[in-house]
Amino acid sequence: MSSKIFGSGIRRREDPRLVTGGAAYTDDITLPGMVYAAMLRSPHAHARIDDVDVSAAAAAEGVLAVYPGADTEDALQPVPTAWLLPDSDLQVAPYPAIAKDTVRYVGDIVAVVVAESRYQAYDALDLIAVDYDPLPAVTHPQQATEPDAPQLHEGISGNQALHWTVAGGDIDAAFADAEVVVKERIVQQRLIPNAMETRAAVAQYRQASGELTFWNTTQNPHIARFICSAVTGIPEDRLRVIAPEVGGGFGSKIAVYPADFVTIFCSMRLGRPVKWTETRSENYQATTHGRDHVQEVELAATKDGKITGLRCTVWAGLGAYLSTAAPGIPTILHGLMLSGVYDIPAVKEDVFGAYTNATPVEAYRGAGRPEATFMLERLVDKLANELEMDPAEVRRRNLIPRFEDGHDVITGLTYDSGDYPAALDKLLDHAGYDDLRRQQAEARNEGRYLGIGLSTYVEICGLGPSQVAGAIGFQGGLWESAIIRFHPSGKVHVFIGASPHGQGEETTFAQIVASEVGVSPEDVRVFHGDTDNTPMGWGTYGSRTTAVGGAALALTARKIKEKAKIVAAHLLEAAVEDIDYEDGNFFVKGSPDRGKTIQDIALMANVSWDMPEGVESGLEASTFYDPPNFTFPFGAHLAVVEVHPQTGQVKLERYIAVDDCGPQINPVIVAGQVHGGVVQGIGQALWEEAVYDDSGQLVTGTMLDYAMPRADRLPEIEVLSTVTPSPHHPIGVKGIGEAGTIASTVTVYNAVLDALQPLGVDSVAMPLTPERVWRAIQESGGD
Amino acid sequence: MFAPRFGYHRVSSVAEAGALLREHPGAKLLAGGHSLIPVLKLRLAEPPALIDIGRLAELKGISVEGEAVRIGALTTHAELAASADLEEHAPALAEAAGMIGDPAVRNRGTIGGNVAHADPASDLPTVLLALDASFEIVGADGERTVAAADFFQGMMATALGDDDLLTAVVLPARPPGQGQAYAKFAHPASRYAVIGVAATLEVNDGVCSAAAVAAGGLVPVPTRAPSVEQALVGEPAAGDAIATAASQIGTDLGDDLIGDLFASAEYRKAVAGVYVQQALATAAERIG
Ligand SMILES: Cc1cc2nc3c(=O)[nH]c(=O)nc-3n(C[C@H](O)[C@H](O)[C@H](O)COP(=O)(O)OP(=O)(O)OC[C@H]3O[C@@H](n4cnc5c(N)ncnc54)[C@H](O)[C@@H]3O)c2cc1C
Repeated sequence: MSSKIFGSGIRRREDPRLVTGGAAYTDDITLPGMVYAAMLRSPHAHARIDDVDVSAAAAAEGVLAVYPGADTEDALQPVPTAWLLPDSDLQVAPYPAIAKDTVRYVGDIVAVVVAESRYQAYDALDLIAVDYDPLPAVTHPQQATEPDAPQLHEGISGNQALHWTVAGGDIDAAFADAEVVVKERIVQQRLIPNAMETRAAVAQYRQASGELTFWNTTQNPHIARFICSAVTGIPEDRLRVIAPEVGGGFGSKIAVYPADFVTIFCSMRLGRPVKWTETRSENYQATTHGRDHVQEVELAATKDGKITGLRCTVWAGLGAYLSTAAPGIPTILHGLMLSGVYDIPAVKEDVFGAYTNATPVEAYRGAGRPEATFMLERLVDKLANELEMDPAEVRRRNLIPRFEDGHDVITGLTYDSGDYPAALDKLLDHAGYDDLRRQQAEARNEGRYLGIGLSTYVEICGLGPSQVAGAIGFQGGLWESAIIRFHPSGKVHVFIGASPHGQGEETTFAQIVASEVGVSPEDVRVFHGDTDNTPMGWGTYGSRTTAVGGAALALTARKIKEKAKIVAAHLLEAAVEDIDYEDGNFFVKGSPDRGKTIQDIALMANVSWDMPEGVESGLEASTFYDPPNFTFPFGAHLAVVEVHPQTGQVKLERYIAVDDCGPQINPVIVAGQVHGGVVQGIGQALWEEAVYDDSGQLVTGTMLDYAMPRADRLPEIEVLSTVTPSPHHPIGVKGIGEAGTIASTVTVYNAVLDALQPLGVDSVAMPLTPERVWRAIQESGGD
Repeated sequence: MFAPRFGYHRVSSVAEAGALLREHPGAKLLAGGHSLIPVLKLRLAEPPALIDIGRLAELKGISVEGEAVRIGALTTHAELAASADLEEHAPALAEAAGMIGDPAVRNRGTIGGNVAHADPASDLPTVLLALDASFEIVGADGERTVAAADFFQGMMATALGDDDLLTAVVLPARPPGQGQAYAKFAHPASRYAVIGVAATLEVNDGVCSAAAVAAGGLVPVPTRAPSVEQALVGEPAAGDAIATAASQIGTDLGDDLIGDLFASAEYRKAVAGVYVQQALATAAERIG
């Protein structure tokens, strides 16, 4: 069994229940006596609340209680952020679970209704009379920092939540001496994460014992437990958080939200289990958004295409309040990746985090890295145009050469391993790059506009060394944990602190255990998501579950193997040094057919009739793994598009991804992650945008307006890989959850702009809707 | 979102539906629910009762009766798209139905509900206008038939009165030698038509002898395109002649164009010709 299970594309064990409707999500939980909460949300982006009259709602049929902000003021502490970024003049504005005096975005909670049925709760919302005094609003991150902008929070001047800087090398000299400078102003539009399952919570507070069980659609139940405890005052050891099946997160389920605390509050007050499930419209308004950067970027280079400096200013919209991880996203996860896969001797970035009258912004697949990759890769293409060089060639001239064990970059990070030229070569070779360029030239002669777009990227994941977490203000560790327990039957239970929610780790983690100790993956069950019966862990986000949790698990499996060897030696009456191991069989060197299987040993360890002296009963081990460094997956992507010059329609013809996430535990799951990631990134380039009007109303408030990617608009995604193990990781793996998204937005953007190049267009706002492309063509006077 | 409270009646005959409509002023007929239910969930309407006609077998199915194709109001978009009879006698309707929304919408939504709702971004009204369809209606005063040109009266407004029930849509069967096509610019989110163009072409001796063109999506009510039609007749049904005729569409669209966040009125007007040209070129290819 097993030595071949690592790397095998076995089917995801999660899928049968997911595709047959057998999975149980938070909204599927029904408890005796359960009642339903509905949140009254502000229809104004910015307003003073003069009065909230709940009397009519409170008297409505089936209504148990209506609580405005004043009722929760003493019971709920302000909602905290968990990333207190140092050296950034961070200004944390008070974030009440229910607004009392002022609402600051459309979706801010003003009151909660609890009723016997969900319909009664929603009907009663209409009966709450709120007297608002509307105030001017600002939703644009850069405008929010201008002197005459409406101010959101008392005592926070200029709406500035943070100002963070990263710098390395002599940036002034780089630009003073530059032979070429290219510049761009880029808007990374706001995106709505759109997890298939909207947010939901069920709170069951037992007044007699003071215990709370809280089912929540979260990516990180253990963090949720701490934060819920801090806000509600329930001691964390009496607070059990369960993440049942979680229908996607993409970062939007990292945060612990006002509605979560309000649901708990209602259960505490009423002594009844309370369920709250977001509607999709509510999800659009109140579940965190992603991106929202305005970026002014310039790149210095020599005439032969060598990049000498990168300088930028970024205004990052953070929304009305700081969400759980928000301060770290446009800074640590963005600015430290500025120099990408290139050897750039000087960089400087200023990030201004701004409060705006909009939904709070959080991590969204890629979280900071897509925004960094975009800036760099767009400017590399601009440089190529400026120098009339092939964009692949400009990249080649700047790539960091292959390294196997550490490379220091100008932002202060040490990349673990990389072979960027190999990824680019593989990509160009597979794509038939020279041929594509020839086809493009021919098409242009026929009046057809083909475009070829590239990006080479590296990203940071496997967050991360806990010392670093502390140094960058993250209010927790970033290690992971695992327990492996062998049953007498030889079956294995694995308990992990991370909290997979669609990524497939129930399968890949079983593969890790199977390949380390030689059991069948079917004999390994993986438990996660319940703070009462899994070890502490920091959650699933930032492509860290396998990179960190997988390491914890592999090391745990090795502890099991070590103990098994000792037991085997005893049973075989040999010295431990003389025991060999192969595929689940422990034997005296040279006699594999007279060995003890791992199952034999599990049985003996559990019954403990004949154990070596001083060895404990049972076959169980655990590990808390704190990674020595981050991991740095990388790759190179290419897209081919055709732009219809009369309508501005973009057709994606080909998409090729070469990704290197180290050794692949399950290549089918890797390909799935690449597919999903690539498509989400393409969504940003071509379709998706959360739009607010001047008064701060979300005008793309439903799926009728907000365009998600659809399969029929996509070509087959060609997935390739290279394999460069991480030198510091026990099984060499790096992480693949976000790579696709990080690379694909700019790849497709570059392709469209490449198509438009002969028409004189060199910049179009995202998403590249037909009308925007058409206008750009009209305005450039081409065609 | 959650719909407001409403009464619900499932009926077993057209007559019963009519009686209930009169009994409950403001009640709404429920067919596939794919326009009505969203309206309720957004609380844009609070009808006191829904009258579910979904199981009335007499309103389902497609039949060819001599020179006419009769389509029951409850026939779903998926059935239209898959119908061999339509493929033969009204291919543009099958083509357009196959482009509606996604499979779930096509499996539930009906032709009757689609035209009764008369969303300007719908596909079927445009095709039915080009194909000279007529609409069979049962009301308090008995049955009547209304031509497409009179049926679609404004944005979400039709010839159907409060107590009326549409029973069928009737089309002239495609004459031999006529080509039909529907071209669509779908909204990337809703899938509704940003622009939809239906065209039929007949050719005699290499010259276009008859043409019908209708455009929708970009105007409050789908409109025929007389300037385009006239420019086609007497010209060869190919290349430049089609392009020249298609470029007339701006005249036919008038000034009251729809614009939204995704596509402004100016843009829609500017690119409409491309879709007219595409529909005509495809119709021309299909002649025979
Ligand atoms: C996600 C989505 C995408 C869509 N995309 C498209 C698209 O691309 N193109 C397109 O054309 N449409 C689209 N639609 C609309 C779809 O075609 C609807 O099914 C159709 O508009 C309504 O048909 P229905 O049977 O569902 O009607 P219902 O929703 O049941 O009824 C709609 C209205 O018609 C009335 N009505 C229904 N039947 C009758 C009758 N026999 N007589 C009198 N009145 C009647 C009802 O009272 C109601 O007012 C989409 C809908 C959705 C939800």
